[in-house]
Order: sequence, then structure tokens, then C-alpha cells
Amino acid sequence: MGNINSTSKDFKLDSKVPEGPIETKWTNHKFNLKLVNPSNKRKYDIIVVGTGLAGASAAATLGELGYNVKAFSFHDSPRRAHSIAAQGGINASKNYQNDGDSTFRLFYDTVKGGDFRSREANVYRLAEVSGNIIDQCVGQGVPFAREYGGLLDNRSFGGAQVSRTFYARGQTGQQLLLGAYSALSRQINSGKVQMLNRREMLDLVVVDGAARGIVVRNLLTGAIEKYSAHAVVLATGGYANVFFLSTNAMNSNTTAIWRAHKKGAFFANPCYTQIHPTCLPLHGDSQSKLTLMSESIRNDGRVWVPKKKGDNRAPNQIPEDERDYYLERKYPSYGNLAPRDISSRSAKEVCDEGRGVNGGEAVYLDCSDAIKRLGKKAIEERYGNLFDMYQNITGENPYEVPMKIYPAPHYIMGGLWVDYNLMSTVPGLFVLGEANFSDHGANRLGASALMQGLADGYFVIPYTIGDYLATRKFASVSTEQDEFKKSEKEIKDFVGKLLSIKGKTTVDEIHKKLGKLLWNKVGMARNEKGLKEVIGEIKALREEFWKDVNVVGKSDDLNQTLERAGRVADYLELSELMAVDALDRNESCGCHFREEYQTEEGEAKRDDEHYRYVAAWEFEDVGKWNLHKEELEFEFLHLAQRSYK
Amino acid sequence: MSEKKINLKLKIWRQSAPNTVGSFVDYSVSVSPEASFLEMLDELNNNLEKNNQDPIVFESDCREGICGTCGLVINGEPHGPLPKIATCQLHMRNFKDGQTIWVEPFRAKAFPVIKDLAVDRSAFDKVIQAGGYISVNTGGVPDANSIPISKDIASEAFDSAACIGCGACVAACKNGSAMLFVGAKVTQFSLLPQGQPERQSRVEAMVAKMDELGFGSCSNTYACEAECPKGISVKNIAKLNREYRLAKIKSKNVEA
Repeated sequence: MGNINSTSKDFKLDSKVPEGPIETKWTNHKFNLKLVNPSNKRKYDIIVVGTGLAGASAAATLGELGYNVKAFSFHDSPRRAHSIAAQGGINASKNYQNDGDSTFRLFYDTVKGGDFRSREANVYRLAEVSGNIIDQCVGQGVPFAREYGGLLDNRSFGGAQVSRTFYARGQTGQQLLLGAYSALSRQINSGKVQMLNRREMLDLVVVDGAARGIVVRNLLTGAIEKYSAHAVVLATGGYANVFFLSTNAMNSNTTAIWRAHKKGAFFANPCYTQIHPTCLPLHGDSQSKLTLMSESIRNDGRVWVPKKKGDNRAPNQIPEDERDYYLERKYPSYGNLAPRDISSRSAKEVCDEGRGVNGGEAVYLDCSDAIKRLGKKAIEERYGNLFDMYQNITGENPYEVPMKIYPAPHYIMGGLWVDYNLMSTVPGLFVLGEANFSDHGANRLGASALMQGLADGYFVIPYTIGDYLATRKFASVSTEQDEFKKSEKEIKDFVGKLLSIKGKTTVDEIHKKLGKLLWNKVGMARNEKGLKEVIGEIKALREEFWKDVNVVGKSDDLNQTLERAGRVADYLELSELMAVDALDRNESCGCHFREEYQTEEGEAKRDDEHYRYVAAWEFEDVGKWNLHKEELEFEFLHLAQRSYK
Repeated sequence: MSEKKINLKLKIWRQSAPNTVGSFVDYSVSVSPEASFLEMLDELNNNLEKNNQDPIVFESDCREGICGTCGLVINGEPHGPLPKIATCQLHMRNFKDGQTIWVEPFRAKAFPVIKDLAVDRSAFDKVIQAGGYISVNTGGVPDANSIPISKDIASEAFDSAACIGCGACVAACKNGSAMLFVGAKVTQFSLLPQGQPERQSRVEAMVAKMDELGFGSCSNTYACEAECPKGISVKNIAKLNREYRLAKIKSKNVEA
């Protein structure tokens, strides 16, 4: 491995969190960062991989500043990135509603929501710049929802008692991404950003210990292409598709960050995976993905199951006093707006008790009270597109029959470890958005992913990358030098090997098996026995893959089976690390629920004395990692048992 | 979960590369009515792979009707027989046992076929790059509430902004026109106060680029609106024409 850090057992993670009061850390840090003179910026090449909210906003902003940017996407267009599917909204502590919001409250809610497993300074900065994001988006022409007086409207989301979520009907992610895409398009037009579509990053190239380029596969021609730069920015999203069934888009994957991990970037908290409470239940074996129903519906929808096991009456036939509104019962102060991890676990509990819809894996999300109270039109205005989507998929009318929902893998809080400057353990490799681990701890609150992606891209990386470039001497690098050629050869061998196995099992069949293993043993509830078993099962499945997979087609052609095969090969390595990490963490926190560690009431029981750390895993070999710990200090917030009662 | 399956005959366009001759190939499938159209194709592909045959190339991503990646012409209609949905939102319960289904790529001069059912829609990106934005750099913008925008205007702008860039409007139009796509973007920005400074130059640049890339002129048949998965109204085309004429009257780009 080319990384200078990874050889040292004593290597100590340095979060680079600035000194001083939390309110002034970012301001002081910005002043202390070295700047690149405007006329020198054009001498630096920056690669940005991924064009979702984080990548597009970063590429556009870096282009505006004058850097030479190359942006890569495996899609046909940067506008397809999965950020586009985010429905509900984006948080910002504007306090436009005069309901007591503040930077500190958003900071507090986010750290608490993450069950005290995130880095205070990063989260405070996120809250601090949240308002700028809204200003920026409005300036770009994002049509947020407004009130009659012409000012911006807000709604509530889980884990908060103030209304701070800005939204554009149920298509907020689309509108924000199109805003970032328009800024990116403007830079492409100006020539400051070169857009390279339909290319998938397959390796990070490290020269003299620093990230100096990437190797990609041109998905149309199959050509392996090499690109060099002074710094590499990964904004490639999350890996919930490791479960096969998730709410992520079909092409979302871990490959870029996993290959970077194998080149020396530590992987932090890989077991923190968010299982979203409100998704459509499974319809059958041919299911290719799961569909989310925005959490925002929990503003007006009530979640319930029958009180009695085996009550198979139609929902409208079950009288009020025979329904269990279990979130309202268990968490009276937050009710249906309890955070996602808690809501998901509660749904699993009632279904495990046999009280799910028709005894199966589904609970009701019922908007009938809100429809009675506010009228059908008001509900249609708020959630019309979501209700239509539900009807399309299920064939049932949610205005008349309560929706059926069940939790599904949705978002990854874990990711590559980064310091306060968003730089990984490989110098010159920066990681933004869902691909890094930094801001959401063990559970992300609703409407915070869009906020983080845009904060990282618009308002953090433009400052911190300048400091890296200004303080380092760069030798010139050519894509014809050994490091690049070696990487190119490894990728060609990898592709050749996949195509030569010619076994009997398809890529999807193996991926589905892996998904079931993870869902059962590294899903909403984990225990030591299951985790130990699943590590062996994953290793066996990985062997099966490399012996018996059948990847049809050629390497020098558009070959979607080959694309999927490479991604699944990476999932088969990553999934083992998820289980190893979950086994290491002998506590429950946020989404990570170890059955051995719970309170008498069945809530997650943290062990702050022993596990108040970020688990950052250093890759040694497939199936072999070294654990490094970043202790989390809580200087400004009091570590408390999370309560939403 | 239904055990019942329906049997269908498929006639699917296969074409190995951009400049080769393609043809329809017959397939038979048996599928759950609860499955989506694309899940039906996934299953078919899985079976093809098991028999060492090349799977059918088609594109999709979010499978929630918002990313605009998918797009097939099903029995002659872009995104299939139902109104206001993308291909990924079409479910097999809408087909009858024994039915024959024809599946083709979006066809338009500006959208060349790449392979099988996948087409190149990068022309849309080029139109946006020509001017489909408000030229503000990051930072330095005023507070979001400093310019009130009426609820109705914001809502109207949203209706136009809801376009997912799938290209069904182009595929539906006998002239392969992109007027609905361009009209929607021009309308969104011309309604908002932030879009005013570049109102004229934007429409001029986008229309010029649209013409240059081989999109045809409006056929006035409203087929675009009928096939649009987001129900974008043809009023956006009327608005585009109006914006374009106003811009031309005041244009500095006067030919001698």
C-alpha cells in the first residue's frame, strides 16, 4: 500500500479540530487556513468523483474559484445522482418560525439524534452554515414552498421540536440537486469544469503517500482511463445497496470509497446503517428495490397496528380502541416524530410480536385523522406526489385505506474517516457527503442529509482544500508513471478474472443472498452469536462468488452485468467489515442495536466509558483490518441517555 | 404476495451498437402482476444470463420516477400506457395475461441509440449548459427571505421545475422537438425574481443550442404533454415562444 500512515501501528488519528469555543472554531479556522492566490488557482487540478448534492456543489464552487476541475459520474448526466430522490426536505436553523430554533439547537438535536457518536465540532459547523445553504439555493432559483405572504414555509421532521425543514413539495432533493446541477452546468459552459460522464472510478492512485489521481472504466467502451490531479474529492454516496434491497437507486454503490479504503483511507463506523421506518413493504421475490415514503408524512400520519395478535380485519373495520398507536404510547412528547432508529425498531418489535398487518411485516401509516381535520386538498398539497406514488406501486388508494409501511435500509452514517478539513487518512483525498462518516453519529435525523451534502460541497471543501494545496509541494505526476500503470493493470486483471469464471450463479443471485444475510444478522437488531456466524457466511459467499459467478459479455463494450459484478465483489468485502465493526461495538447506540445491551424498556444502552469512539478501520488485507480509535470528546454538550418520551 | 402469474409475449428492440442495424427479438415471460415493468426485465435478464446470453441493456436508477434515467417506448408510447408515470413506475398488473408487448428505445434524431434500449440524451445537458441557470457564485447571496415571492408564483415555478429530464417529450413528438423541456426551464426562471437579470440572454442561448443539436420544431400535437411523466403543461411552450419573441425584439444580437 502506498500510504505512509498505514504502516505505523502507533499511528494516531488527528481530527484537527481547532481550539477555542465551539461558536468560533470554524471562523477562526477559516482565518488560519492558508489561501491559494486567485491567479495560482488555475495551476491546480482537482478531481471530483460523484455529482450528487455534495459532488456537484463542490465541483461548481471549486470551478467558480478558478481551479481546474474534472468531475466524474457513472450516470449519463450529472442530474441523475440519487440525491435527486430525497423527498422531504432540508434542515436549517433560520428560526423563521420564531419557535426557538438556533444554531445551537440544531447542533444539539443533531448530536443527540446521532446518539452522541458524532464529532461535536463538525456538527456545530454544519448547523452554522445551514442557513447559508438556503440562501444559496433560493439565489439559484430553487422553488421552495412559500406562505401566502411570500416568505419561506417550514415543516417538522423527526427528532426535533421546532419547524426548521425547508421543502419543495415532496421533491426537495430534486430541486436542490437541479440547483447544484445548474451551477455545475454553468462552470462546464465556462470551461472551468470538464464533465466526464459514464465513467466509474475503479481505483485511487497514490503517489509518494498522497492521492494524485484515479483510474476509471469508460462504461460505454470499456476502456480503462487514467487521470491525474493535485487532489481527489470523493462524493460518491452511500452503500445501503449492500443489502440488495434498499431505498437507494439501482446504481448506488461502494466501489469508489472501498477501492480508496484499500489504498489507505480508513473506514469509520461501517456498521452504522440507517434503516428507515417508512418504506413500502416487499411484494415478492422479483423485487428489485424498496421505495421510501417520506418521513414528512409522519407530520400528519399516525402509525399503528392492531392491539390483538391475529386481528386480520381490514384497517377501517378495526375500532379506535382496538388500535395501538405505539409511537404515541411509548414516546408521548415526540409521538409519530420519534427519530428513525427508534421508529424502525418499534415497528420491528410489534411485527415480531405478531401484530403486524395480517401478521406480516407491515404497520399502518394512517392519515385519515389529518384528512378529516384539514381536508383532502390540504393533504394532497403536502404529499400529493407521494400518495400517487404509493397508489402506483400498491394499487391501493391511500386517501381511503391507510398506507402499509415497513423499515428498509436507506442511508449510511459510516463511511471514510475524515478530519475536520474533510480529508481522509490519505493526504489529498477528501471525502464529502454520505461517503464520509462525520456528522450523523449513529443515527441521522430526517432532512439532515441534504444539509450535510451541500454544507460540505458549497461551504467547507472550498476553504479546506485551498489550505492543503497551499501548504504542500507537488512533484509533477504523469499518468504514464508506474503507480498509474500498476493500477491500470490490476483493474484489467480484475475485469478479466470476473469474465473468465463462467460459473452457474448470476451476480444478482449472489447479491440477493448477501442481502438476506445482512438483513437478518447485521440489520435492525444484532447479537454476538449472529455476527460471528455471519462473518463465516460472508467469507463462504465470497468464495462462492469467485468460483461460481457467471458474468456474461465482453470487457470492451457497454456491459451492465460486469458493472454490477465489480460492485458486488466489493460488497462481499465491505459486508464483512460491517459485521466486524458491529461485533467490536459492545454497546447499543442509535441504529446499532445489540440485543445484549438494552435498557429495561428495550431502548439502546450506550457504554460511554468504553465505546465513546469512532472506530476507524485500516485495511491490511481482504478480511483483515486494524482498528484505530478516535476518542469523542463532549466539551459543549452533556452526554445523556437519549430520551424522546 | 400473490402467487398468481401472468404470461406475456415480448418483442424487444435489440441493437448491438450505435451504427448497427437493430431488430425486434421475441421473448416469453411469466411474471407476478405485483412486479414492476423493469423488474420483469430484470427477471428476463437474469434468465438470459443463466443461459449465457447477453442481457438486454436498459437504463434505470432511482426506480421512483424522479431521476429520469429510465425511458422505454412500450406499445408505441413513451413510458407506457398510463399517464403521468415514468417507465419504472409501471406495474405488470396493468397488462393482461397473454398480451403481446412491444418495447423500443426512445427514438429521436438528437437521441442516438447506444445499445438495445439505451439512448444518448446528453443533448439535454448541453442545452442546460448553454444558459439554463442563474449566474450566481457560491456565497454572497442575500438572505433567503429578503425577496418575498408569492405562493402562487413559487408554485407555478415549481410546476415547471418538476421536469425530470427523461426525454419522453422528445420521443413522443413526431418532430423530435425539445420545446417542452426547454420551455419548462425557461418558464421556471422567468417567473422568479432571481431569474430576471438573464431572462433574455437565457432564452436566446438555450433556443439556439436546441436548434443546433438537431431537435425539431414544435408539432403542436401536445403529444409531449400527454406522455410527460410529470404532467408538464404545454403552456410552458407557449411561454417559451413568448419569452423568445420578447427577447428577440430587444436582442443585441442583431444581424445586419
